[in-house]
Amino acid sequence: MKFNLKKMLTTFILFFCSIAFLLPFVWMLSTSMKIEADVFKFPIEWIPSRWNFVSNYQEVWFGDHPFYLYYWNSIKVAVITTLLSVVVSALAAYGFSKVKFRASAWLFLIVLATYMVPPQASLVPQFILYRYIGLFDSHLGLILLGSFSVLGTFMLRQFFMGIHNDFIDAAKIDGAGHWRIFWKISLPIVKPAVATYAILRFIWTWNDYQNPLIFLRTDALYTIQLAMQKFTTINGSFYTLIMAAAVSAILPLLIVFILGQKHVIDGIALGGVKG
Amino acid sequence: MPSNPSIETKTNIRKKQKNASKRRETIAGFLFVTPMLIGVSVIVLFPIVATFILAFADWKFVQSIDNLKWVGFQNFQGLWEDEKFIKSVINNAVFMLTVPTTMIISLVLAILIDKYTYFKSYFKVAFFMPYISSVVAIAVVWQVLFHPSQGPINQVLMSFGIENPPTWISDPNFALLSVMIIHIWISIGFNLIVYIAGLQSIPKELYEAADMDGANAWHKFSNITFPVISPTSFFLLITGIIATFKVFDLIAVLTQGGPLNSTTMLVWHLYDMAFLNLEIGYASAIAVVLFLIVFTITILQWISQKKWVNY
Repeated sequence: MKFNLKKMLTTFILFFCSIAFLLPFVWMLSTSMKIEADVFKFPIEWIPSRWNFVSNYQEVWFGDHPFYLYYWNSIKVAVITTLLSVVVSALAAYGFSKVKFRASAWLFLIVLATYMVPPQASLVPQFILYRYIGLFDSHLGLILLGSFSVLGTFMLRQFFMGIHNDFIDAAKIDGAGHWRIFWKISLPIVKPAVATYAILRFIWTWNDYQNPLIFLRTDALYTIQLAMQKFTTINGSFYTLIMAAAVSAILPLLIVFILGQKHVIDGIALGGVKG
Repeated sequence: MPSNPSIETKTNIRKKQKNASKRRETIAGFLFVTPMLIGVSVIVLFPIVATFILAFADWKFVQSIDNLKWVGFQNFQGLWEDEKFIKSVINNAVFMLTVPTTMIISLVLAILIDKYTYFKSYFKVAFFMPYISSVVAIAVVWQVLFHPSQGPINQVLMSFGIENPPTWISDPNFALLSVMIIHIWISIGFNLIVYIAGLQSIPKELYEAADMDGANAWHKFSNITFPVISPTSFFLLITGIIATFKVFDLIAVLTQGGPLNSTTMLVWHLYDMAFLNLEIGYASAIAVVLFLIVFTITILQWISQKKWVNY
């Protein structure tokens, strides 16, 4: 009984800590629904006294810099990047774990070594290359930049290695080739890992600011992060609008995260513990 | 001798079959890994080699390639006379303080959440939210929260009787600290999740045995929890340090390296030189330094992992 009381008390205290921790989000959400004059009122009005929800969000979504366009761009880039990255990583992961061929170890080492390269160290030549081959300022270029993930390959390889080789040998005796073993047997077994990686890749691509900033120029191609930054610059002191934009930029991710939270948290935990 | 040739042909056939299947495996293997290899070569390997070459050149984006001049180590010599570069290195070093800070806060939270609370998954999700949120949106929100005269943070401080609260990101003395606070706030979620997973892997018997010996909470922490999760801590330390070298979004949105270069960091300086000043060669020299630092940390990790960490 005493122990339970203690546990309830810490839960209670920690609950308040978590609320304090999340206050920036609460403030953002509440400000996005206020009128401009009430933004800096003190004491803070957590629940707006004068509501301006519809007009704020209407301005963000269908105003001069319509977020629906940037949303579409972001969804397009994030979805295609995720799909492509999952396919490329899964293929490579299978090749590096379940196909016995010479040079396999060496090639894997090369792939792994590129993980040590901080992405910014190769930015300048990437930029020159993109200008030269015409991928600069295009969604395709942006998608390709995010589609070859060493992390994804490494992560999925760990899971493929967990599949017993007897499985694969049995399928081979039945006359199945590697493609069929990959597609019909191995991939379904590692589905949860694929889901985890896909959700993480989607979140990372959606949140990416640096690559769109450097590799996009045309306004109509902007992703949500660039649009967010531009919107802030243009609307300088219209804090309600800026917060409505921030809510719009964060919300879809929150939904993806809450839907797949188990996958995300397990994936992070697993990667972390294994190092 | 009719039997011998037939045996020979049999082994020959078997050998051939074996060779054929080996060849098939090799072809299959290459087919599976080729997309990844091509992608990695074009997008990472080739550019990083080019970075090392361009670091010895003097060239601007807008010029044609004919104007490229080879200048030897001049770019690297320039770095040591570049105040902004030196300041960036110092700031990067200071920024590393966020790593142990985040780890301590996360470990305390992780122990509390793992053992002493109900609704564990709520807490995991709540503390993880900043980590998955868009850094641009977060930076913009904090910018307003830190607003010098009217921002909620300073209003609260003033209501507590602090008459001249710092102006945070507009004050050169506080700007880096402000960015560091936000970075810690973002990173706690990741550290927390990894720590909770680490704590859950500790066998319960260890604590039961300690209980029987009459160990108190501090003894249990210092003799069981801390040593057993040291690999986790080491992992978080290294990934955390490497992550500080990649901080870009926060700086780009919040401060652009200012005021008075107080928040400039290597990656920001690199971006500034390459894409705002168009100095390709000089920016590549910064990239080489960045690469060498991260590379060294990674190698040190590999070497020391076995020595320091208590498995």
